[in-house]
Amino acid sequence: MRTVGSPILEIRGLSKGFPGVQALDGVDLTVNRGEIHALMGENGAGKSTLIKVLTGVYSRDAGGTALNGISIAPRSPREAERLGISTVYQEVNLIPDLSVAENICLGRQPTLMGKIRWRAITQRAQKALARLELRIDVSRQLSAYSIAVQQLVAIARALDISASLLILDEPTSSLDDGEAEELFKVLRKLRDQGLGIIFVTHFLGQVYKVSDAITILRNGRLVGQFPTRDLPRLKLVAQMMGKDLQEAEKLEHTRAGTASIRTDKPLIETNGLGRKGSIHPLDLEIRPGEVVGLAGLLGSGRTETARLLFGIDKPDRGSIRVNGRVTVFRSPRGAIRCGLALTPEDRKAAGIIPNLTVRENIILALQASRGPWSRLSQEEQEGLADRFINSLAIKTPHRDQPVKNLSGGNQQKVLLARWLATEPRVFILDEPTRGIDVGAKAEVERLINSLRREGLGVLFISSELEEIVRQSQRVIVLRDRRKAGELTGSDISVENILRTIAKDEEEGAPA
Amino acid sequence: MDAGFWLVFAAILFLVRRQKIVWPLAALGALLLFNQFFTPGFFRLQVLDGHLYGSRIDILNQGAKVMLLSLGMVLVISTGGVDLSVGAVMAISSAVAARLVVTSAPSAWAAIAVALGASILAGAWNGLLVAGFGVQPIVATLILMVAGRGVAQLVTEGQIINFGDPLMVFLGNGHLFGLPFTLTLVIVMLLLTYGLVRRTALGLFIESVGDNDRASRYAGINARQVKFMVYTFSGFCAGLAGLIASSNIKSADANNIGLYLELDAILAVVVGGTSLVGGRFYLVGAVIGALFIQTLTTTLYARNISADISPVPKALVIVAVCLMQSASFRERLRKLVPRSLTWHEHKP
Repeated sequence: MRTVGSPILEIRGLSKGFPGVQALDGVDLTVNRGEIHALMGENGAGKSTLIKVLTGVYSRDAGGTALNGISIAPRSPREAERLGISTVYQEVNLIPDLSVAENICLGRQPTLMGKIRWRAITQRAQKALARLELRIDVSRQLSAYSIAVQQLVAIARALDISASLLILDEPTSSLDDGEAEELFKVLRKLRDQGLGIIFVTHFLGQVYKVSDAITILRNGRLVGQFPTRDLPRLKLVAQMMGKDLQEAEKLEHTRAGTASIRTDKPLIETNGLGRKGSIHPLDLEIRPGEVVGLAGLLGSGRTETARLLFGIDKPDRGSIRVNGRVTVFRSPRGAIRCGLALTPEDRKAAGIIPNLTVRENIILALQASRGPWSRLSQEEQEGLADRFINSLAIKTPHRDQPVKNLSGGNQQKVLLARWLATEPRVFILDEPTRGIDVGAKAEVERLINSLRREGLGVLFISSELEEIVRQSQRVIVLRDRRKAGELTGSDISVENILRTIAKDEEEGAPA
Repeated sequence: MDAGFWLVFAAILFLVRRQKIVWPLAALGALLLFNQFFTPGFFRLQVLDGHLYGSRIDILNQGAKVMLLSLGMVLVISTGGVDLSVGAVMAISSAVAARLVVTSAPSAWAAIAVALGASILAGAWNGLLVAGFGVQPIVATLILMVAGRGVAQLVTEGQIINFGDPLMVFLGNGHLFGLPFTLTLVIVMLLLTYGLVRRTALGLFIESVGDNDRASRYAGINARQVKFMVYTFSGFCAGLAGLIASSNIKSADANNIGLYLELDAILAVVVGGTSLVGGRFYLVGAVIGALFIQTLTTTLYARNISADISPVPKALVIVAVCLMQSASFRERLRKLVPRSLTWHEHKP
């Protein structure tokens, strides 16, 4: 085993608040020389805020940072780079139409009396890539290479200057397994050269494969820092999700009704449905009167599954059957015609039509299914809008209020109303309770329950495990974009979901 | 007569005081008021041969082309796009009609029908590029803006075609009910367009796609179909405008018909309150915007400001009108004015 060196980066008591949110609250972090340090946490944990403070994008409210023993407070990403902190962001931040060499040297081209020295650029780029053991033609356009190579070019660019700390923000999210492995080789090599590396990822398997230490954040607070080999997977998952294991065991079935074993034909079933770079082949079925929970960590493939089912992404393998008949959805319209409905995770970008009124937002999907020519009359529209404003208790001064003026919870209810108006048979709810207040959450859960009793099939995606446990008759657990297991009936518990997520398949035994 | 006009105008302004079109309408009113006091003879109306003449009638007649264009343009802009090709499509339409009417057409009706058909095809081509192939609207319609005049030249074989067909001449110069026929045409087209978008769900879909394309598709709206339709319709409107423009000069001049009118049409839409980002559209607002621009042009001519420099005052006035429509600008302005002097909008 390598000996771990002295600390490169020491963060003490770092705090950062935004209006209404304390994004970071007294966080500590120590990264040593020659160490790959995984930064883990669910949505809103504070990972990206931490990185943005570290790289000078945000200013801090309190706390100190020392790099190589010297106190620093970068005010811009450029200053952070100069100090020796290099960052590679999730999306490759390069210019696809320029050559690899230009991308590596952009903004710091060697010049001679104002004239760019092209040969020096080429040499410098080759040297930077050689450090990563990547030998490619640096004069070719960047876009000619795969995403994995582009990712390495981004790292080479970041390392071009004398960096002592490298930050990688979800570098593997668009890579396949082989490509990720290539990246890891490079990371290990850089680590052995004495660099400190902070690695943000959602893939559990990769964390255990490549990292030496793990820091877990939750809701802006430090949960703990652990050597990777001393932290069992189950404990990692439980800590990320904020579940105490003993407590989880006590939190058994508080669900309304455990469903009897259903013999009805599935409303929808998938057979090996998958898409490269999105989700591995997946089997799933939803029966009438059944709520199927889809659980997993952030980035485990929950939303990707919903997108495939609803015809937003096209699967490249496997099939979907609706009522026993094989169907191909080429667009959401096809899925809607088969009785599907989806409230998306990203309510603002993919759900509401902000400047249209509550009424228009509610009738939109029903009107769309009728086509443009048979317009719902004003009376029908108002009737529908009023009915759902009442039955879902949507708080709005008027049905003709622009929906953007409503609170998050009420916007979510408007979206639910939009789909209820189409009388769907299968309802996919992607994080329907995210970012809404407690009262609205309870109402959404009650609604799910009543949908089930009416014989609908519901696919319920949530990162709150208690919600999943309370609502679902069956839970499909995803891990690293694969189905990790399925729980039914009395097996459904927070603890079992955590265990399934944490199970290490490569070693064949739960950690 | 003038008092009656102002009474009606004020009444309309009062009725729409809570609607977005109050701003372009008020701007138009302010411009007319200026002329009432400072342009002698501006409000004079006279009857000759049973036809009404006067500056206001001229404005309605001269503004017809941009009003027609703005009907199509406002829908395109509402989807988040723009149609730069309408001026060139006007040239195509007039070239086709003129060529056919002086040569082979069995009747002027047939020539007009073919010309409108060609305009619809031109619009459908734009729609195909934007909706079918995902080309950016500004690029897609720029292609036809440049190439369209070439197509018109091909049709006219590089000549200016003069015609004397009574029906063709009537379109831009004739009178109906004592008023220019173009006015009837604009009113009929406005009502038809209104019916097309507001009596069906098309208007809702257009606004929805323009406001949030992704969410609209997730709600099951066929965004491509919607976009294809608005560009096609814009082509049709441009075709009509082209027929009037060539009728005005009793000839088809492929180089000059509709030149720069796409810019006036876009301006009319913006003055009318529709955002270039897309979303909510204001059909009547766009028509008032077109009238405003025409009134401004006529006013500047009446003030003997030469055509060469008239774009300068025109630009200044339009900037002012656009700023007044912005709620945040009005808010800032309000802070500058002492409280007692401000007029507060009361929310219902």
